[in-house]
Amino acid sequence: MARSSAFSSARPGSAGPGAVVPRVYLDYGGFSPVDPRVVAVMRPFLEGGVGNPGAPHSLGLEARASLDGARAKVARLIGGTPSGVIFTASATEANNLAIRGIALRATGRHIVTSAIEHVSVLNACRDLEKQGFAVTYVPVDSEGRVDPEAVARAVRGETALVSFIAANGEIGTLQPIDALGRVARARGVPFHVDAVGAAGRVPLAVDEAHIDLLALSSNDLYGPPGAGALWVRPETKLAPMILGGGQEGGYRAGTENLPAIVGMGVAADLARLEGPAEVARLRELRDRLLAGLLERLPEARPTGARGEGRLPHHASFVVPGVKADGVLLELDLRGVAASSGSACNALTGEPSHVLRAIGCDRDALEGSLCFTLGRWTTASEIDVVVETLPAVVARLRRLAPR
Amino acid sequence: MPPVADTKLDCVGLFCPMPILKTREAMKRLTSGQILEMTSDDPASEADMKSWTARTGHELLEIERNGTVFRFFVRKTR
Repeated sequence: MARSSAFSSARPGSAGPGAVVPRVYLDYGGFSPVDPRVVAVMRPFLEGGVGNPGAPHSLGLEARASLDGARAKVARLIGGTPSGVIFTASATEANNLAIRGIALRATGRHIVTSAIEHVSVLNACRDLEKQGFAVTYVPVDSEGRVDPEAVARAVRGETALVSFIAANGEIGTLQPIDALGRVARARGVPFHVDAVGAAGRVPLAVDEAHIDLLALSSNDLYGPPGAGALWVRPETKLAPMILGGGQEGGYRAGTENLPAIVGMGVAADLARLEGPAEVARLRELRDRLLAGLLERLPEARPTGARGEGRLPHHASFVVPGVKADGVLLELDLRGVAASSGSACNALTGEPSHVLRAIGCDRDALEGSLCFTLGRWTTASEIDVVVETLPAVVARLRRLAPR
Repeated sequence: MPPVADTKLDCVGLFCPMPILKTREAMKRLTSGQILEMTSDDPASEADMKSWTARTGHELLEIERNGTVFRFFVRKTR
């Protein structure tokens, strides 16, 4: 674990052909480097000697055992039964399977969610709206938190699903998942949680929080991209999304991506075992980043919840008078990789739906800066950002004075 | 009578951010004063198109709705 940054020169060429190696990588929310210990376990699964988990020969049986081992590891991270784990290609796919899979089997045609969900949840809900479903987008407060009492008022007799993201990727706010789960359970409605960002970083157990469906991303846990999972409580009525040869309980057919799935399993184990110590370290670094920046840029406005109410590795804020995309470009030129926290509005240039929903319309036009720390973030990287960002802001203000 | 469009763009079946992305690309190919007709059935596209035209300054001439399908007429202003 001697890597000085996410794409360290200790691994030459690892940043890809022609890529400029950033000195400071604070976009773990966008992509995490795969842990070398995960890569080591995956390697033989890529290099041969491993069969198809569905095959009847001995290589197939070994593959089946590896698949089941990964299932058990992923289940242990969230305190669920291993048989409930359905491997997918991404958390986006897991969210789609949860929402559309529940909707297809449900008699009720109403869904309760929030206005600040990940776009994979929002677009799945909008697709259901087109098919005649009603969707209630429960509003959030100025820190992006959903009020469980408002959710209780939104649930109706025909509500088929309650779905909330555990932690918002753009502003870092944690939802009161336990309280939301109690509301859903009391009304007998399945409860789906998009746990990307939160799993492995904040306590999250499916039984305690009354969660019936939970979506995970492999890469978010320092596993390989191309794997995700939906955990489903036994007896939950779910329709399959991809039809074929009955893999993954018939809910998600297609030969399993065993190398990535095995990698995800190792990553989940590491997150469970090392998560608490890592979170304590990252929380300290995050607080150092925020304190240093607010001292030099006192006009910066943090977005989302404070302290214990937000993701421990996440800092986000708006700097009045400068556009976030300009700041990100300048930071990149100086070797600092960060993001706006929203891939969707980076494409369109539109104000993000999250910033609009928390009621800062003016801030939304300027955009929020999002720094996500991770396993290889160091104190010296934080100090570089604390020095660099104020200089970038000062330069942009000189170039475009108001 | 709806406006007469110079170009039509079919975004039915697509979701955010695709209708706005494709609209932006289509507008680049028009000259100032020309009209784009975009159809979409994303329930979010009405709010998205209002916000996008307000921000970019293009003129949202008319929104028609037929069932779940919206028809937007946008005049390029610059």
